Amino acid sequence: MSAADLIIVGGGPAGVEAALEAEAHGLSVILMDEAPQAGGQVYRAPPRAFSGAIQRQADPIGVRLRDRLSASRVQQFFDHTVWSVSPGFRVDALGPKGPVSYEARAVLAASGAQERVVPFPGWTRPEIVGLAGATIMLKSQGILPGRLTLVAGQGPLLLIVAIGILKAGGRVAAIVDLASRAEWLADWPALASRPDLAVRGLAWRAKLARAGVPILYRHAIRQVEKVGARRVSVTVGPVAANGMPLAAPLRGFEVDAVAVGNGLTASTDITRLLRAEHHFEPLRGGWAPKLDAYYRSSVSGLYVAGDGAGIAGAAAAACDGRLAGLCIAHDLGTVAEAEFRRAAAPLRRDAARARRFGTAMAKLMALRQGQVQAIPPETVLCRCEDITRAELTRAVGDGARSLNQLKAWTRCGMGPCQGRICGDVVGAVLVVEGGTREDVGQFTGRTPFRPLPLDQLAGDLAYADLKLPPPAPL
Amino acid sequence: MSELTFDSAVIGAGVMGANVALWLARGGMRTTLIDRGEICREASGVNAGTLTLHMTRAALIPYAMKGRALWLSSQAWLGADVGARSASGFSLAFTEAEEEMLVKRAEARSAMGAPIRIVTPAEARAIEPGINPTIRAAAFCALDGHVTAYLTGRGYRAALLQAGVALHEGHGVEGIGVSDAGYVIRRCGAAPIHARRIVLAGGVWLETMLAWLGQHVSVRCLINQLIVTERMRPVMRSVVGIANGLLSLKQFENGTVLIGGGWQGKGDPIRGGIEPIPDNLIGNIQLARHAIPALGETRVLRIWLGLESETEDAMPMVGPLPGLTEAYVIGCVHSGYTSAPYIGRLLAERILGREPEQPLFDPARLMKPRQEQA
Ligand SMILES: Cc1cc2nc3c(=O)[nH]c(=O)nc-3n(C[C@H](O)[C@H](O)[C@H](O)COP(=O)(O)OP(=O)(O)OC[C@H]3O[C@@H](n4cnc5c(N)ncnc54)[C@H](O)[C@@H]3O)c2cc1C
Ligand SMILES: Cc1cc2nc3c(=O)[nH]c(=O)nc-3n(C[C@H](O)[C@H](O)[C@H](O)COP(=O)(O)OP(=O)(O)OC[C@H]3O[C@@H](n4cnc5c(N)ncnc54)[C@H](O)[C@@H]3O)c2cc1C
Repeated sequence: MSAADLIIVGGGPAGVEAALEAEAHGLSVILMDEAPQAGGQVYRAPPRAFSGAIQRQADPIGVRLRDRLSASRVQQFFDHTVWSVSPGFRVDALGPKGPVSYEARAVLAASGAQERVVPFPGWTRPEIVGLAGATIMLKSQGILPGRLTLVAGQGPLLLIVAIGILKAGGRVAAIVDLASRAEWLADWPALASRPDLAVRGLAWRAKLARAGVPILYRHAIRQVEKVGARRVSVTVGPVAANGMPLAAPLRGFEVDAVAVGNGLTASTDITRLLRAEHHFEPLRGGWAPKLDAYYRSSVSGLYVAGDGAGIAGAAAAACDGRLAGLCIAHDLGTVAEAEFRRAAAPLRRDAARARRFGTAMAKLMALRQGQVQAIPPETVLCRCEDITRAELTRAVGDGARSLNQLKAWTRCGMGPCQGRICGDVVGAVLVVEGGTREDVGQFTGRTPFRPLPLDQLAGDLAYADLKLPPPAPL
Repeated sequence: MSELTFDSAVIGAGVMGANVALWLARGGMRTTLIDRGEICREASGVNAGTLTLHMTRAALIPYAMKGRALWLSSQAWLGADVGARSASGFSLAFTEAEEEMLVKRAEARSAMGAPIRIVTPAEARAIEPGINPTIRAAAFCALDGHVTAYLTGRGYRAALLQAGVALHEGHGVEGIGVSDAGYVIRRCGAAPIHARRIVLAGGVWLETMLAWLGQHVSVRCLINQLIVTERMRPVMRSVVGIANGLLSLKQFENGTVLIGGGWQGKGDPIRGGIEPIPDNLIGNIQLARHAIPALGETRVLRIWLGLESETEDAMPMVGPLPGLTEAYVIGCVHSGYTSAPYIGRLLAERILGREPEQPLFDPARLMKPRQEQA
C-alpha cells in the first residue's frame, strides 16, 4: 500500500486547485477521480477518442486545469472510483486493474454535487433528463436531449442548458422557471461581483430572445404524459412565490425531451461515512459538513472544499480548493505561519468574492416548501425502489419520524443510488409531515460510495488462500 | 394514577423488549416501552434475519425452533407481515477439515432436536443447483428461513399500540432510582417514568443499564458486518452457510442477496458501528462467491455494521435480577432474533407469575462483586 501526505477525492476545480497548491508547498499528493480526466462536472473533458471539433469546444478553463495538472508532480489516479475512506486515513478505490488502497495523513473531500429533481407525475419517463445530466451530454459529447426540448426547473443551469441546446443546433420549446424575473434581478449586486459572468448571462438572454424561446417565470411542470413514440406532452402551470401551484392558466407543450432540475445538493458520502458533523443550509443545497475557516471538518485530518462543502459554484470551488490546499500544507507543517498568512489573505478575498456570486446562484436553486407540499400522493419519490409519496405518508402514520426509520419501513433510499437522488426531497417531505430537518436527519453514510462489481472486488483467489477468522462457536 | 406510572416498564425497544412489552400488556399489565431512539433501529432492525438452526448454539436449539415457528406465524399473533419466509438451509464443507467439523456440529445440533442431516454433493446440488460443485459434503435442514429485519419495528409498533403499550421513543434513560413504590426511570430531556417492575432490554448497552442498579456484568460488543447486493436473477432459494459458521447467504424475493457470517468491523457501544475493515469485507464476499459462484455477476450495494451482545459464557441473560424486587433483564441471546418471540414471551410469563414452558437463563451466574472505586 503506498502512502502520501494528502489524498484528494475528486478532480473538479476544487480538487485540482487544492492538489496543485498543496504540491507546490511540498506535500506529496494523490488525486483520485472516477472520471477519465480532470475537470469535474463543470469542465468535463470530451472523451479522448472524440474528434478535434468537439475537443476545441471544451471550456478553456478546463483545458488549462488539465494542462497545469499534467505539468505537476501530483500522482493522478483517474478512472478510479473511491468506495471507502477509513479514519487514519486509508482510501480504497476500484480502478481499471482492480481494487487499490492508499494511505495518507490527510484527506480532502472534493467530490462535488449531485442534482435534485422535485418529482411530478411522469418524471421518471425516459424522455426526461436532468439539467445537470444534459449539460454533461452537451459538453462532453455534443449530444442533444432531443430535437425539441422543454427546459424546466430552477437556477442557472436553466440558461446553461438552453444555450447549450441552441449552440448544438437543437430547439428549445420554452424555459419554465420557478423564479420570478425579480428574483433574478434581486441578486444583481452579487452578480456584479463577477461582471464577466453577469455579462455572459445578459448575452445569453439576448440570444434566447432572438431565437424566440419563451421564458415562463414563476411556472413549474405539473405533469408529463406520453403521447406517441418518443413524444411527450408537458403540462405547465403558474406557481406562488413559495412554489405552490396556482390554479390557472395551464399550458401544454408537445416535445420529444424535457430537461428538468431543481438545484444541486452537496455530495457528502465521505463526511457522512466518517460521522463528521453536518448542518442544514437551505441556501447552499441542504445538508453540508460543518467546516472552520481552514476547511477542517469535525474529524481531524478530514478537509472539504468545493460544492461538497455546500453549493457555491465552480468559480468558488476553484478559489476554495486553492485555499484548502494551502491550509492543509499549513496544518501538515510545510508552510510557516507568516508565509501562510501572507499567501492566504488574497486567496481568502478571491474566495469570498467568488462565493458571493455562487451563493446568489445557489439561492435560486434552493428548495421551496410549496414545491414539496404540492407533490401528489401517487407520485414516485424514490425511483430506484418505486416508492410513492403516499407510501411515505403511510409510514409516517405508522410512526416513522427519521429518514432512516422511513427507509427501513418502505425501502425508500435502499436502491442503487442509496438515496443520493431522493434523500433531500424525501427529507423535505418528512418535514412537511411534521418535524424539523434536524429531527429527520440524513441517511446514514455507508460504503461503498458506488455499487461495486462483486467479481472485481473479490478478485481471483483459491479457496485455500482465503484468510478466514476463527470458526464461530458451537 | 399518573399518566407516567405503570405496572411494568421495559427499557430498550429492540425485538427483545418489544416482545416482553407486548406479552405483558396482553397479560393485562399497564406497560410502557422506552427507547432513546426509534423502535428497532439497532441490532433488531439491521440484523440478517436468518432463522437458521445451522448457526444456532446447540444448547439454544429448542428455543430457536420455537422462535422460528412463531416468526412464520407472525401474521396470526402479531398481526403484521414482517416478510417471514420458510426455506431450507445448507451448511457446506469444502475441505477435509471442514467436512469433519460439519459432521461433528450437525451431530451436536441434531442431538438438541434440530432435524439436520448430512447429504452428498449430488443431493445438495439437486435441491440447490447454485451451490459450487466442488463441495465435499453438506448438512441439510428443512427448517430454515428468514425475516425481513428492517420491517420488525413497523410490525411491532402497530401491535404494541394496539395492545395498549405506552411507547416512549426519542428520550434515553439516564438512570434508575429505587423507591417504595418500585422504580423511577430518569430520562434525558423528558419527565421521569414510574413503574412497579422494570425489564432491562438494552442489547449491547446492558452493561451500562445493569450498573445503574449496582449490578456488574461484562457484556461484549460484537461489530457484525452485513453486505447487500443489487437485485439479480434468482440464483438461490435456500439459506446457505459453511461449516465454520463464517457465512450466511440468502436471496430475497426482490432479487437482492444478503451476505453475512459474523465478520467484524470497527466500532463500540458509544459510537456504534463506525467502519468496515476493508479486508474483512473482501474476505466475506470471496467466501460468498465461492459458495454461490453466480454472485460474481452482481454488484455490492451497501455494507453496514450492527452491534450484537454476548456474555462471558456466551449464553443468554434472561430472568430476575438478584437482590432486587421485580427487576428483570433480557439479552445476549445468540441467534437472538430467531428466538426473541419465544424467549421474550417466556420472560413475560415469568413476570406475570406463571411458570415458563422452558427454563430461563439466570443472570445471577454472571454477576461480579462491585468494583471498588479507584
Ligand atoms: C452533473 C452536473 C453538471 C453541472 N454542470 C454545470 C455547468 O454546466 N456549469 C456550471 O457552472 N456548473 C455546473 N454544475 C455545478 C458545478 O459542477 C460545480 O459548481 C463545480 O463543478 C464544483 O466543483 P467541485 O470541484 O466542487 O466538484 P465537481 O466539479 O463536481 O468535481 C467532483 C469530482 O469528484 C469526483 N468524485 C466524486 N465522488 C467520487 C468518488 N467516490 N470516487 C472518485 N471520484 C469521485 C467526480 O467524478 C467529479 O469529477 C454541474 C453540476 C453537476 C452535478
Ligand atoms: C449484524 C447482525 C446480524 C445478525 N444476524 C442475526 C440472524 O441472522 N439471526 C438471528 O437470529 N440473530 C441475528 N443477530 C442477533 C440479533 O439481531 C440480536 O440478538 C437481537 O436483535 C437483539 O435484540 P435486543 O432487543 O436485545 O437488542 P437491540 O435491538 O440492540 O435493542 C436494544 C435497544 O436498547 C436501546 N437503548 C440503549 N440504551 C438505551 C438507553 N439509555 N435508554 C433507552 N433505550 C436504550 C437501543 O436504542 C435499542 O433500541 C444479528 C445481529 C447483528 C448485529
